[in-house]
Amino acid sequence: MSDWDIIIQEWPRFANGFLNSVVLFVASTIGAFVLGGLMVNGLRSSRSIVRRAFHFYVDGLRMLPFLIFVYLLYYGLPSFGIKLDAWTAGLLGLVIYHSAYVAEILRGSWDQLPNGQSESAQACGFYGIKMFRRIILPQLILNTAPILGNQLIYMLKDTAFLMIITVQELTYAASSVQSMYFVPLQPFIIAIALYWAVSLLIEGLVALVHRTAKERGFGQT
Amino acid sequence: MARPDSDPVLKALNITKSFGALQVLHGVSLEINSGKTVSILGPSGSGKSTLLRCINWLERPNSGEIYLDGEPVGRHPNGELMSDRELAAIRARMGKVFQSFNLWPHFTVLENVIEAPVQVLGVPKAQAIEQAEQLLQKVGLQDKRDVYPYSLSGGQKQRVAIARALAMSPRVMLFDEPTSALDPELVGEVLAVMRDLTREGMTMLVVTHEMAFARDVSDEVIFMDQGEIVEQTTPDRFFSNPETRRAQQFLARYQ
Repeated sequence: MSDWDIIIQEWPRFANGFLNSVVLFVASTIGAFVLGGLMVNGLRSSRSIVRRAFHFYVDGLRMLPFLIFVYLLYYGLPSFGIKLDAWTAGLLGLVIYHSAYVAEILRGSWDQLPNGQSESAQACGFYGIKMFRRIILPQLILNTAPILGNQLIYMLKDTAFLMIITVQELTYAASSVQSMYFVPLQPFIIAIALYWAVSLLIEGLVALVHRTAKERGFGQT
Repeated sequence: MARPDSDPVLKALNITKSFGALQVLHGVSLEINSGKTVSILGPSGSGKSTLLRCINWLERPNSGEIYLDGEPVGRHPNGELMSDRELAAIRARMGKVFQSFNLWPHFTVLENVIEAPVQVLGVPKAQAIEQAEQLLQKVGLQDKRDVYPYSLSGGQKQRVAIARALAMSPRVMLFDEPTSALDPELVGEVLAVMRDLTREGMTMLVVTHEMAFARDVSDEVIFMDQGEIVEQTTPDRFFSNPETRRAQQFLARYQ
């Protein structure tokens, strides 16, 4: 049996791992954007104490290597009596960690947005979350599509770290096939190809947002 | 609730505002009755725009009271600050037009006009679109309904901004130097729309440097300098016979 035959034989393992990676990626992306969107309002709070607390939190998270963060969630929290299963810890880790980056990207973008945008919204009776969601957030996203796209790719790749806490995602699948049959190369080529395919989809999404932005004259001035 | 016509739509009492050590408004009061157009003139730095920003509380005044249709703006009668929600509800009844247009670039022209009626007032979308189309026709931009703001000229942008403010059926329109950011050849089209509004009986407070507009269109002229109202009179008297030296000097520079 050639090494590639092993891959074909073990394909269900790859398929399952890939599916898990995609589910983790999509769920954590949605979670990180929702949480990051809420947090950017804290980073821009008019109360300096709130603003500083959020900056401290966001900067603290961003200084932490993701691997250590997720390790602590899974292996460290039980010392405090909190026991999460691998999936919960992994998903929570991805969402919390990357929401800090998303919040910081959006904050940078919001700082560049002319004040007049929120003032004209306020003058029309907008306030709070609806104003953010309808008037501010779409502009922040259109202005930062490439950077957010980059972050999405990091999020995809960070799902691979979850194998160390036994989440059976794509890298876990490749690694187990590798150790079962002692084929060091092919399983990882497959894994890389699949990550690459998803990255291409992300790039496609970024291009779409970029085109939407261009049609509306963003980045022209 | 019926109110006597003589009650002012908008009333500001003793508004003061400081930025740090710099006092920008020294106790300014004004009233506008329904259907009247009042122009505020004055050199730059005289506090005109700040006054307008205080009226709908985009800037929080340090002291003073503002009433829209007799209802307090910004603070409850007991002095308590209004919540964001309460403030938003009262702001929604005042239209504001900014010097820099501030259209929302991610929406088309039509979407800019229907956004607040639909999202803030809860007007059904079909009805909002119908109203928006009428407003765009009124400002002469019905053929631009589906384009994005960036492709418009400054004058067109400002006309959309006026339509957007009108879509909320405001009790009063606040114009903050609406033509100051425009190329000279585009000023006329915006002023023409504003003239029409005056003729239709809209209540308007207009901060402007357009002397001809102030003279020909307004019912009253307020002249501000150094954070206070120096003269408040009819346009005829202000332009032909200004009483104070400060007003005379100001007018000399424009004529």
